[in-house]
Amino acid sequence: MTTRPSAAPASPGAPGTDIAIRLQNVHLRYGDKIVLSGLTLDCERGKVTTVIGLSGAGKSTILRLINGLRRPTAGRVIVNGLDLAGLRENELNALRRKMGFAFQAAALFDSMTVAENVAFPLYEHTTLSRDEIDRRVHETLESLGLADVAQRLPAELSGGMQKRVGFARAIVNEPEILLFDEPTTGLDPIMTNVITDTIKQIQAHLHATSVVVMHDMPVVYAISDNIAMLFEGAIIESGPTAEFRRSKNPIVQQFLQGSEVGPIPL
Amino acid sequence: MSSVVGTSFYLRTLRRPFPVTRRFFEYVGGLTLLFRDSLSYLVRLRFRPREAVRQGAFLIVSSLPIILLTSGFTGLVISLETAVSAVQYGFSQIIGGSVAFGVVRELGPMLTGIVFAGRAGAAITAQLGSMVVTEQIEALESMGASPTRVLVVPRLLACVVGMPMLTVFADIIAVYGGYYMAWLRVHLPPPTYWLSVQQFVTFADFEKGLLKAAIFGVLIALVACHEGLRTEGGAEGVGKVTTQAVVTAIILIFGLNFALSYVLFP
Repeated sequence: MTTRPSAAPASPGAPGTDIAIRLQNVHLRYGDKIVLSGLTLDCERGKVTTVIGLSGAGKSTILRLINGLRRPTAGRVIVNGLDLAGLRENELNALRRKMGFAFQAAALFDSMTVAENVAFPLYEHTTLSRDEIDRRVHETLESLGLADVAQRLPAELSGGMQKRVGFARAIVNEPEILLFDEPTTGLDPIMTNVITDTIKQIQAHLHATSVVVMHDMPVVYAISDNIAMLFEGAIIESGPTAEFRRSKNPIVQQFLQGSEVGPIPL
Repeated sequence: MSSVVGTSFYLRTLRRPFPVTRRFFEYVGGLTLLFRDSLSYLVRLRFRPREAVRQGAFLIVSSLPIILLTSGFTGLVISLETAVSAVQYGFSQIIGGSVAFGVVRELGPMLTGIVFAGRAGAAITAQLGSMVVTEQIEALESMGASPTRVLVVPRLLACVVGMPMLTVFADIIAVYGGYYMAWLRVHLPPPTYWLSVQQFVTFADFEKGLLKAAIFGVLIALVACHEGLRTEGGAEGVGKVTTQAVVTAIILIFGLNFALSYVLFP
């Protein structure tokens, strides 16, 4: 159990090493508001790392830093051995094509059908024929139980279905890295189970490096290989799921138990 | 960190006395960069032609009825004001010319621009603004796709092509409106009206009017897209930028119309 990564490899996050994503002493502030202060996090290749923390703690910001949607005020974000700060726009976009991002509110393009949404990354970044794209879209939708809604618009779907379409769009080009932002927030228990199974199914199929941000603890335990807790802008505890659950840190324990009494200010 | 904080402090201090000036230059700079990026994609033919056609069809068709209505009434009113006086002073041969001269060179492109800014410009800003607040723009970027290429360039093309087309309709309807009112009010013989139109207006005037319209099209698209993409907040933010886009575009159309008339019709 550690709050800081072990000794850094020669090229952290490079293909072939165990660490696919490394956030190193990251600081981020918007104006006078400090969001992250000295955050350090390693995500193992091919594993699911879940970041938990209080609402508004900056968990989703971590995903945006990994995807290059936000730039840190200070510190380094290294993905697949590449320091995002040193990348030109086209290099960053090339890296982003290896990532799939499932947004909290799905962020589906509302003027496109479900099938067009899922096909979008393939039309953008591949030279596949229309037939091949149609085939892959159909396969992906079918694997997530969405084949029947392919021609519907996002507005015609339930929240759970929209999230699954968001997953389909994120995985259709078989990315190396998957980012899930609050995948079960706002869903009923049945749909939460469906989403949990979907994430497990995707992970079993793609063996991607997944970073999940959420605070639904039963789901966190079900899907995570590693858990990290974000508190006051930094990772205060991280480790394999079983070890993390036994943490002696009072803040972690208060959060895991959902107790109102403890060091976390309400 | 201290150096970052220090730099930001000095920048804030320097900016404080000139907030309006700074905002003006930031705005102009933003529009210029958006235009440069759009041109770069256009020149390299890196855009979605089908999306441009779809946008064009939507924006032109939705604006056409209002433009026909406003230009028709404009032709009617110019003719109404000039016909009686012209006949009274024995200048009935200038009625057609005065209507066509004003419409083709000035009112046609300008009124079309104003109506198009209110109808199409507002639609563009509201759509892009909604996409920002529902994270659709971030979803695009997270896939390594440029919002400028995917969203701005098709709309820019649609506006540049659409504005001259709509102006042709506006010119025709306004001149015919003037003819109808001259016939109704002072029983002006049709040959007198049309001969006057031919004598006063050259084909070069018509071409220059269309050139103005195309430039207004660029302006409307850039302002609408720029405002839409910098939306902040939720629904309130979308409303705010939509109003701002229409107001800014209309003010700029008036200013630019004067400058273009000065240059094109010396």
